[in-house]
Amino acid sequence: MADTATLPKSQAYDGPPDYRVVGRHGVYVETSHDETARFNFLAHMNRHLSTKVMPGVAEAFEGRVEPAFEKENKRPFKSRHEVRKALTKDPMWQWWSALRRATMETRQQAGRWVTIRQAGDLNERVRELTEGDDRLRLDPDFEQPRSTASIDHHCMPGSYHTELVPGDVTGPANYDIGIFATTGGMLGRFNDGGGVAVAEWVKANLPDFQPKRILDLGAGLGHNVLPIAEAFPDAEIIAVDAGGPMLRYGLARAKSMGIENVRFIQGDVSALDEFEDESFDWIQSTMFLHETSYKSMPMIFQETQRLLKPGGIVLHVEQPQYDADMPLFEQAMRDWDAFYNNEPFWTKMHEVDLDAWMQAAGFPKDTLIHGGVAAVVDPDVFPEAAEDTEQEDYGRKAAWHVVGARKPAAA
Amino acid sequence: MDRLDPLLLAGAKAKGKRPWFLENPDVERLMNITLAMAQELAVTRERLDTIERLLERGEPVSKAAIEAYEPTKAEADERGAWMQEYLARIFRILQQDREAIERAAEASSEEVADELATTS
Repeated sequence: MADTATLPKSQAYDGPPDYRVVGRHGVYVETSHDETARFNFLAHMNRHLSTKVMPGVAEAFEGRVEPAFEKENKRPFKSRHEVRKALTKDPMWQWWSALRRATMETRQQAGRWVTIRQAGDLNERVRELTEGDDRLRLDPDFEQPRSTASIDHHCMPGSYHTELVPGDVTGPANYDIGIFATTGGMLGRFNDGGGVAVAEWVKANLPDFQPKRILDLGAGLGHNVLPIAEAFPDAEIIAVDAGGPMLRYGLARAKSMGIENVRFIQGDVSALDEFEDESFDWIQSTMFLHETSYKSMPMIFQETQRLLKPGGIVLHVEQPQYDADMPLFEQAMRDWDAFYNNEPFWTKMHEVDLDAWMQAAGFPKDTLIHGGVAAVVDPDVFPEAAEDTEQEDYGRKAAWHVVGARKPAAA
Repeated sequence: MDRLDPLLLAGAKAKGKRPWFLENPDVERLMNITLAMAQELAVTRERLDTIERLLERGEPVSKAAIEAYEPTKAEADERGAWMQEYLARIFRILQQDREAIERAAEASSEEVADELATTS
């Protein structure tokens, strides 16, 4: 079009890919031209906010928030909470936050419109793929933990567990189709860049490791565990989550992608009594611990210790923990999702000394594993994500820390 | 299958008290409405661009052709670049707010006027 033709040709486009490159598995809902365009707008909005507006918050902090605080209090900030409270008074933070929240809510509306208008067809297709399949086990009496019952995570109405009608999967379908817009495609065509990275990390760092049985905690709709299932096709994968609709949709989605070695089980990952001691080679959680609680996290760690076979590994993938080396401003910015995007445990989870908690659960210090992974995506489609450029989005960047352990082999 | 109302349900509020960020909630309400309108204008623009590109390809333009349209990589990049330009235009005031942080010591025109009118 005329306006863009005036851009210098040498200036290569550096931004989110068109939504139409998203990976469409067999239960993907249809998105009309205009619905696709809406996702394109949202991907760009998120990118604009993180690259053009959010840097202004750092500038406002350094230029006026911090100097004003130090002048008034005759001392520097003591905690990230003090920093956050001071930021909330600054117009740059206020506008960035108001726009970020509005974009998140708009994204939910856009995705829910797409999935709910197709609810009848979508739910029927998923029913056909899952009914009578023993790889799906839902518990009709399952009681949602407080962590998911009390608040809708990341402003997603109904969170992971609500059915609008019996057998409804519009919630997980909405989650599935919107990640691409929220992340600007940074997690890849099938939102699996995190899982691909974990699978590659394990193959590179533990080349002799041949897991037969793998447990994925807080699997959601399985997008992070499917790459692991593909990397180890002979392994039996068990994906556990509290959200029934996510699991139902997850099995249908996996089957439609030709991945047959994953079982989806509804349950509480802090009390997995149904599984025997030392029955898994690998226990994985990917961006899940921050959606649990102080009460359940030690229990989860103890369960992993009980369930792991000797020589087995547990890996937790999360955003980096807050430690003394992380500036208070960065900690305060990383806390945004905890207070303003309905991720209530995010803040407390990130101050935990994970090594100490792992040791308390029975993993000796010298067996602990530390690493880092960044989303692995198709570089032809997502050059920016593949290069992992300077873009920092305080808690939403497609790069994570790995904390885990290898259970000592039997003597 | 029960009948669901997608329009009503799409805009449903998430559980958990909503945080407000601007000093005046009415301004924030207006900002939300403005953002939604910016989104819908972007959607209209993308549709117009699709029609233009179908015409350029010499293909018949119909609703079905618009729905089936797939941009090439180069076309998608051009559309992406347009969207970036569009957002830069819409959020000009925030860009200027950022620039003003670094230049907080700048005098206002009124102050300069006073200064210029000083004879001593």
